[in-house]
Amino acid sequence: MKSSPFSIDKWRILAGEWTALGNGFLQTLAVAVLALLLALALGILFGILSTSGNKTCKAIGRVYVEFIQNTPLVIQVFFLYNGLPYLGIMLGKFSIGVLGIGVYTGAYISEVVRTGIQSIPVGQTEAARSQGFTYVQTMRYIILPQTVKIILPPLTNQAVNLIKNTSVLAMIAGGDLMYRADNLATGRLIYGPAYITAGILYFLLCFPLSSYARKLEQKLKKKEVRTISQAEAAIARDTPIEIVQTGRV
Amino acid sequence: MIKMAGVHKYFGNLHVLKDINLEVKQGEKLVVIGPSGSGKSTMIRCMNFLEEPTSGHVFLEGTELTQKNKTDLIRRTTAMVFQQFNLYPHMTVLQNIALAPVKLHGVPKKEAEEQAFQYLDIVGLRDKAHVHPSTLSGGQQQRVAIARALATQQKIILFDEPTSALDPETVQEVLDVMIRLSKENITMVVVTHEMGFARQVADRVIFMDDGSILEEGKPEHFFENPTNDRTKAFLSKILR
Repeated sequence: MKSSPFSIDKWRILAGEWTALGNGFLQTLAVAVLALLLALALGILFGILSTSGNKTCKAIGRVYVEFIQNTPLVIQVFFLYNGLPYLGIMLGKFSIGVLGIGVYTGAYISEVVRTGIQSIPVGQTEAARSQGFTYVQTMRYIILPQTVKIILPPLTNQAVNLIKNTSVLAMIAGGDLMYRADNLATGRLIYGPAYITAGILYFLLCFPLSSYARKLEQKLKKKEVRTISQAEAAIARDTPIEIVQTGRV
Repeated sequence: MIKMAGVHKYFGNLHVLKDINLEVKQGEKLVVIGPSGSGKSTMIRCMNFLEEPTSGHVFLEGTELTQKNKTDLIRRTTAMVFQQFNLYPHMTVLQNIALAPVKLHGVPKKEAEEQAFQYLDIVGLRDKAHVHPSTLSGGQQQRVAIARALATQQKIILFDEPTSALDPETVQEVLDVMIRLSKENITMVVVTHEMGFARQVADRVIFMDDGSILEEGKPEHFFENPTNDRTKAFLSKILR
C-alpha cells in the first residue's frame, strides 16, 4: 500500500516529534550565533592584518584565507571530528560546529573587511597619521567607522551563508536542525514533512537577514549616487587651473 | 625647527629627491614652487615622514625622524593641509576639528569644542560647525582643514598645494585665511603655484625642479632677478 509522501498521517507523526525538531532548531541557532561571533572576531582581526604594512602579518592573513576558502567546509569539519582526536584533542559536536563554521566564515569575513578598509581613500590615513594618530588609533577613529557602513550588506550575506552552512553538522550527527530532520525523515519515513519543515525553518532565519542586507545595499547605492553627483558638481565648480592631481612626485 | 640633510628619495627606479639640504627657522614662511613632478610634494611629505626618505636625515625641533623612534609623537608637533582636504567624512565639521585635541592632546571634549568654534571663527565658518564636510564647497572644506590644522596649536603647518584642487573663485578665500595666519608666529611651509601669495607672504622662496632645489632667496630677489635659467623659464611661463 502506497501513501502520498505528504499524507496527513505523516504530518501527524512529525507533530508528535516536534520537540526533536525544536531542539535541532535551537541547536542550529546557538551554533550560528556563537560561530558568527567567532567569525567576526577572526574576520576583523585577519582583515586588518592583511591591510597592515607588515609582510608577515599579510602572509598570515593570506594563508588563512586561501587555505580555508579553497577547501570544502565538510573536510574542515571532518578534520575537527575525526582528525583532532588523533592529536589528543577531543571536542564536542557543538564546539566543532562553532569552531569549524566560525573559522570557515571568518575567512570570508576577513576578505570583506580587507576590501572594505582598502576602499577608504588613502588620504584619510594620511590625514590621521599627519595629526599624530598611531596606526591603531587611525583604524579605530577614522578608517573602521567609515568601513562599517560599506561592509554591512556583504557581512549580513555572510551571516546568511553561515546559518545555511550549519547544516553540514548533520554529517557528523551534530544534533542540529538538519540532522534532526534527516533522522525523522529516514527513521519514521516522513521525508516530505520533515525536510519541508526544516527548509521553512531555515528560510525563516535567513530571509529577514537577506532582505535587510538588500535594503542596506540599496540605501548605500542611493547615497553613492548622491555622492557621485555631488562630486561631479564639485568638479564642475572647482575646475582647477593647475592640474588637479599633481601626484606625489 | 625643520632640518633636512642629504635627503634622497626613490620610488622604484625613479629618483625624485636628490640630495635635499634645507633648514626652516621658527616662524619662517617658506614657499616652495616648481613644475609638477619636480619633487616638491614629496619633499614636504618627507618633513612629517608621510614619505620615508630612502637616505638622509630629517629633524623636527631637534629630534630626528626615523622609523624606529616614536614618529607618531613627533608628528603631533606638526599639522598638514592637503590638496584634497582629506576631512573625515563620517564626522561633522566640529568633530573633525576637535578629534585630535581630545584623543591625542588630552583636551576635555567641551573645551576642545569651544576652541573649535574659535578656529571656525578664524576661517569664517562658525555656522557650518554641525554639518558634514560633503555638504561644503571645496574652498569651505579647505578652510575647515586649516581650522583642523590650527586646532592642535602646532608651531609648524605644512601646506601641500592647498589651492590646487579649488575653483578660481574659492582660491582667494583660502589664500586670505593663510595670509592672516602668516601674521602669527607659526612656521609655514607652503607648496603652491600661487605666485601672488608667494610674493606677499614668503620670507623665502625655493624653486625645485627634477628633484633638486635649484634656487632660493627672498621673494623680491626671486621674482625680480632670478639667476638660474630654469627658474627664469618657469617664471616666464607662470607669470604671464
